[in-house]
Amino acid sequence: MNLDELESTAAREREQCAGQKCRLRVCTGTGCASAGSDRLTEALRQRAKERGLEGEVTVTEVGCLGLCAEGPLVKVDATDTLYQNVTPNLADNVLDSLTGEAAGITVCNEKQPFFTRQNRVVLENAGYIESDRIESYIARDGYRALLHVLAEMSPADVVAAITQSGLRGRGGAGYPTGLKWSTVAKATGPRKYVVCNGDEGDPGAFMDRSVMEDDPHRVLEGMAIAAYAVGANHGYIYVRAEYPRAIKRLKTAISRAERQGLLGSSIAGTSFSFTIDLRVGAGAFVCGEETALIASVQGNRGTPRPRPPYPAMSGLWGCPTLINNVETLGSIAPIIRCGAPWYAGIGTEKSHGTKVFCLTGAIKNTGLIEVPMGITLREIVFDIGGGIPNGGTFKAVQTGGPSGGCIPEKYLDMPVDYESLREVGSIMGSGGMIVMDQTSCMVDVARFFMEFCMSESCGKCIPCRVGTAEMYKLLTRIATGEANMNDLAKLEELCEMVRETSLCGLGQSAPNPVISTLRYFRDEYLAHVNEGVCPAGVCPMNARKGVTTHA
Amino acid sequence: MRDLLPKTAPPTSDKRWRIVDTAMRRNGYAPDGLIETLHSIQETFGYLDEPSMRYVASSLRVPLGKVYGVATFYHHFQLKPQGEHSCVVCLGTACYIKGSSNLLEAVRKRFGIRSGETTPNNKLSLLTARCVGSCSLAPVSVLDGQTLPHLSPDQLVEAICALDETEEAAQ
Amino acid sequence: MPETLTSSEVVTLTINGQEVSARTDETIMEVAEEQGIRIPALCHISGLSDIGACRLCVVEIQGSPKLQPACVTRVSEGMTVSTHTDRLRAHRRTIVEMLFAERNHVCSVCVSNGHCDLQNLAVECGMQEVTLPYLAPKLQVDASHKRFVMDPNRCVMCTRCVRVCDEIEGAHTWDIMGRGVDSRVITDLGKPWGESDTCTSCGKCVQVCPTGALFEKGVSVAEMTKRRQFLPYLKTMREVPK
Repeated sequence: MNLDELESTAAREREQCAGQKCRLRVCTGTGCASAGSDRLTEALRQRAKERGLEGEVTVTEVGCLGLCAEGPLVKVDATDTLYQNVTPNLADNVLDSLTGEAAGITVCNEKQPFFTRQNRVVLENAGYIESDRIESYIARDGYRALLHVLAEMSPADVVAAITQSGLRGRGGAGYPTGLKWSTVAKATGPRKYVVCNGDEGDPGAFMDRSVMEDDPHRVLEGMAIAAYAVGANHGYIYVRAEYPRAIKRLKTAISRAERQGLLGSSIAGTSFSFTIDLRVGAGAFVCGEETALIASVQGNRGTPRPRPPYPAMSGLWGCPTLINNVETLGSIAPIIRCGAPWYAGIGTEKSHGTKVFCLTGAIKNTGLIEVPMGITLREIVFDIGGGIPNGGTFKAVQTGGPSGGCIPEKYLDMPVDYESLREVGSIMGSGGMIVMDQTSCMVDVARFFMEFCMSESCGKCIPCRVGTAEMYKLLTRIATGEANMNDLAKLEELCEMVRETSLCGLGQSAPNPVISTLRYFRDEYLAHVNEGVCPAGVCPMNARKGVTTHA
Repeated sequence: MRDLLPKTAPPTSDKRWRIVDTAMRRNGYAPDGLIETLHSIQETFGYLDEPSMRYVASSLRVPLGKVYGVATFYHHFQLKPQGEHSCVVCLGTACYIKGSSNLLEAVRKRFGIRSGETTPNNKLSLLTARCVGSCSLAPVSVLDGQTLPHLSPDQLVEAICALDETEEAAQ
Repeated sequence: MPETLTSSEVVTLTINGQEVSARTDETIMEVAEEQGIRIPALCHISGLSDIGACRLCVVEIQGSPKLQPACVTRVSEGMTVSTHTDRLRAHRRTIVEMLFAERNHVCSVCVSNGHCDLQNLAVECGMQEVTLPYLAPKLQVDASHKRFVMDPNRCVMCTRCVRVCDEIEGAHTWDIMGRGVDSRVITDLGKPWGESDTCTSCGKCVQVCPTGALFEKGVSVAEMTKRRQFLPYLKTMREVPK
């Protein structure tokens, strides 16, 4: 497919959409799907048929509309109205609203900050396209960036554009994407590979899942552009087995793109060839680490190896390999389409562009949001998130998953960017943002993450294998009221030692949740140790006989 | 002593081995297709048993120890037959702070199984997940592939019991 | 001409304040050894591939925020390395302590008492007592092999047995099962060693094992000495072009 054909496909699709008198877009993101949106779609189609509206009403299934807390969501294009909590039994009410008054269904206010404060770049298509139809993606400028790159830009131009955009790795560490691309582009090897890291393992995060499920072609397009820039002809997408829908949709997307000549050999009539294979993970968090991921793609136990050599020099089968995560690759096409200066203009001085977060926990508007870098935590939690429900009070927000930390109230006005988060002892991470209120105990939270790291440790290096188990044991002592001050001192010592000596990022960052809670909520630890009391009333302080807990 | 490099034939005459063979062929019988192959066995037969691991080892020319190492490294793989129904309790952060451990406890109390175990009558397997990516619905469980949102412990137990009732009604 | 001669160059670096010259294909560990500086290590054994796993050999490199394992880090021009700072000594002590706390190491009843790498490391690193909580799961001893015994309670997961079996013997009988603190060395499909189809009973694994986890049947306390000269020899002989 060349640019002309792409444009005529896009025009045809747009025309067809415009020709539909009334289009109902039903959100089928995980949140809404679990709330019954699949049955709702069926009910809408069924009722429309029964009411003789078949030709007029088109029901389409689209990706996440964002506000998962109020699902299922339905957008009615004709009246430009978004309805929330539309359970399947309300299908008739939706159809009624097309001709007259909307009764019995709740209109979702799209003027609320949850929608207006967002800036959707990676999620630009969420809620608009049908993920299984490539035409739907093409109609929203899909694959335009790829064909533009192939026709107008040299690989070096592409690397320069990504460098200029200031994009940094969205998987956690924030390594400059342009620099990574140029390293792989300059590395020599018999073959090169592009790998999309879709092993989103942080508990409490589902950004990449959304992108892969709702807009899979965006990932493929980003990978193809990356492959062209670094000189690769083959790529892998590594997806977790826990995401069966993402696997299915990516598979469909790959075969559709191949059929259209947008993947495969001689793409758009050029000499550039690029194929993509899917690799399904099998439940190992550590495989998010680059070298472990490589081991896993090659069919081995997912254990990391020391770096250097970095995968950019020696990755899959010893060949130069570019590894980017889903969100990073999802940002590529818009950067090419709208220009690097546009992207660089969003955000802060050192962190450019937008970031997708999963807002969950003790917060009113749970859901998927995309915001410009530099927005404050307060804006995210209280404006977009709508604050703490049930009259609760804010205690901390956890970012960066098991590698991150808990940020207390005093830093709520801090801008969200890589550097600021690191300064307060957390990390950007992949984008999980879990809000906690007064009912959460920080010792318990630290223990939760340590249990996670302990059972996800691959076991290769001693500090991580034994250290996480020891720290978990000490935290358990604290949580059960068995600990003394020596145990606390030992815990702090181990944090330092495990961080400095572990082989890979999992071990090096495993102590972070403990370090950050000790830094901001030390009094809670002391209450457990000295008084045998869990201030939040979460921990089972059963070991201390004779000591009464807070009545 | 068994022949270590036998003329490789599937462990049984079950036609479903063709699915596994297809998975291996798609990867050109290369050793790096090991995880993909194990996936196909588990999808087809529900779990990985010894004969199937031996078959994969000799077909892909991978050492037995490596097959076992890989199969036990990844928690998705099951080496024992699973119950008719599966209940996966999500232990992601969002679910945890909203009380997912109470869900586990409720299942343990009612059905007497802990995570990773199957009831003696082979009806129910209890599993945990690190995060199923449905954090906005916390706490969630996945019952026979269906995601159940905002569960209380009682609701989960009820939903599990309902599984059997629908089955009985169908019979 | 062999590739190593053309691709490596000679550089100068500083180890513990002392200037030394080295080839760029050498590791910090190798160069330090040439200088008579011993860096503690456990998973490293001359003649097998290095994996950088035990972390005992981590060293400080000026300008690098992270500690680097000496066994796999190659030297470069102008590198300034410290191998025995207070921080490193403390970390090494804790690593050895972790190993003692992880499984069940009772030297007084062990076949390797007096000839044990772990014991020597404890002395070398100044680890005198275990202050960490013991994890010590009770693990089943495997005496099913006709000549050897495997006691996982004394295993330190260095994977020397796995590597020697794969890289030198070529049988790949040993591997690792599970992960994290629950990982264990296994033979074949996790069955008793004596039932292994692939084991050649060559005994190389027993000889390279640093502790009393693998030993010959019939030896009693402190009698199990290990012979490892064959390793560098075999490696060299295999590299000689035929």
